[in-house]
Amino acid sequence: MDDSRTTEPDHSAASGPGAGDPAPDGLDARLVVERGAFRLDVALRVAPGEVVALLGPNGAGKTTALRALAGLAPLTDGHLRLDGAALERTPPESRPVGVVFQDYLLFPHLTALDNVAFGPRCHGATRAEARARAAEWLGRLGLAEHAGAKPRKLSGGQAQRVALARALATGPRLLLLDEPLAALDARTRLEVRAQLRRHLAEFEAVAVLVTHDPLDAMVLADRLVVVEDGRVVQEGTPSVIARHPRTDYIAQLVGLNLYRGQADGHTVRLGTGPSITTTEALSGPVFVAFPPSAITLYRDRPTGASARNLWRCRVNGLESHGDQVRADLTGELPLAADLTTVAAAELDLHPGAEVWATVKAAQTHAYPV
Amino acid sequence: MTLPATDRSGAAADTLKGGPRRRLRRRSVRTGGRGLGRGVPPALLVPALIGVAFLVVPLIALLVRAPWHGLPAQLTSAEVWQALRLSLVCATAATAVSLVLGVPLAWLLARVEFPGRGLVRALVTLPLVLPPVVGGVALLMALGRNGIVGRSLDSWFGITLPFTTTGVVVAEAFVAMPFLVISVEGTLRAADPRFEEAAATLGASRFTAFRRVTLPLIAPGIAAGAVLAWARALGEFGATITFAGNFPGRTQTMPLAVYLALQSDPEAAIALSLVLLAVSVAVLAGLRDRWMTAGG
Repeated sequence: MDDSRTTEPDHSAASGPGAGDPAPDGLDARLVVERGAFRLDVALRVAPGEVVALLGPNGAGKTTALRALAGLAPLTDGHLRLDGAALERTPPESRPVGVVFQDYLLFPHLTALDNVAFGPRCHGATRAEARARAAEWLGRLGLAEHAGAKPRKLSGGQAQRVALARALATGPRLLLLDEPLAALDARTRLEVRAQLRRHLAEFEAVAVLVTHDPLDAMVLADRLVVVEDGRVVQEGTPSVIARHPRTDYIAQLVGLNLYRGQADGHTVRLGTGPSITTTEALSGPVFVAFPPSAITLYRDRPTGASARNLWRCRVNGLESHGDQVRADLTGELPLAADLTTVAAAELDLHPGAEVWATVKAAQTHAYPV
Repeated sequence: MTLPATDRSGAAADTLKGGPRRRLRRRSVRTGGRGLGRGVPPALLVPALIGVAFLVVPLIALLVRAPWHGLPAQLTSAEVWQALRLSLVCATAATAVSLVLGVPLAWLLARVEFPGRGLVRALVTLPLVLPPVVGGVALLMALGRNGIVGRSLDSWFGITLPFTTTGVVVAEAFVAMPFLVISVEGTLRAADPRFEEAAATLGASRFTAFRRVTLPLIAPGIAAGAVLAWARALGEFGATITFAGNFPGRTQTMPLAVYLALQSDPEAAIALSLVLLAVSVAVLAGLRDRWMTAGG
């Protein structure tokens, strides 16, 4: 029924929760870290080529989980296998892991080139080999002309890409990204997010990213693992989690309408169905996302309003979270819409009710697949 | 922001007070504005000014009494050059020893948790507060010809340290190294240890991370510590004369020469002191960014 909400890349099906055979390749971990009263207990299974986001509020233990994967925080219990090899006791420098830190941690005394060459050097490459490899990575990430720049001369977006190049230059089998977009301002963020998505899509091994931003998580990851208070409260594809949030936190933060379609300028056509008007002008296969709170519902077809993004829907179900109601809508376009309890009452929303839904183009976000 | 009335009316009366007073106020504005527009109580100001005078007047006296006419001749005499050369060589060697041993020690204290770390830090910094003469005696007991280590050095390797130029270096390093360790450890604690973690995730061993990431990052702190240690070594007197004696050309450094000259030729003592004063001023100028702006 949800042809337009095809957000699951093909390969994620094999490794999703409850998948049958343990995959010999990829990441298989149960991370238990105890620190004082805090206990993190998170199980993760990620296939090569898959991007998983650990999503959760601050203090949920996401970064601790990432540090445990990198070997920077010791495991109290559990296991960690990467491509079949046990890594629990392996020190960080011997793990095939690359990390993009939240504030990048580029070595301030080294140029961008030498930052990227650092890893290959430590893995035994000669200075010339390491520099050649670093130059190649910088070129691949569009940073060739910044090779000689010291980190403080780089913009936020450039520093982020240097950090990514540095993490990838050692050829890791597990790429970890800690809040990769948090240090960027809003405008750079849009651009870097789209680039990062492309680079992650090209990465053939396991990628795990940590974020508290649901949009980052949904744009960048194939699968979300929501962590609260040190444990997994829900996991699944962005669309599943957006439509069926299991906790208030997820409902409030993760809720996002996500569609895949063909863009032609400002119009995105979803399969044979309706189209969405977006602010970004793109072409080719794209995702379009907007939060449930961006949707306005009407009982009767609104007159006078710009009817670009106007769809006729039927209420499938209602779930209340605090003073918010999440409406699950079907029809022309399956939607999740948030409205206040008062508004829901005024609209006399009930399962089976017919409504008109609109969303402003400015509140949508489109990005290439 | 306006000056209190008392200040304006009394400005002519206490020109001595006016300068420092205004400067004090400006600093308090910079550090958060506390005490803004309030006078400095005399009970604090008077001792403070006496304190400044107490520290500055002797140095001025040294300049006033300096035999400026005979100075070129004094300073170019063979004895002075011998003592100065020996002082510079020994202080530099002691600083080198302090760097080679002290930087790793500072790293250990700052980065590795081990039982008794607090005790080790206390013991290592003890020479900071220990009377240098006691340090010299202790060195004799350890490294003297009959010392607990020195005996073996003598009988196994034929090495004797006391009353040699090497002994001067040992005595100076003993006194100066804690300055370097404290300074470098402080810098290490202030430096972000996550850079070392980032290096580790890139495949660097702890030593590689230290050498290629930490060391360049804390280089300014090491330099400051080395200058402090060097200045301390250059002025070392008590431990040196106790452990290494006072042999011209071999163990007689500048401070020893100053002390000796004071008995026979006070003018020479002043000339030698001027040289050390100039070196101290140069050191202070070199450390200015680090120390004089502290808290500013």
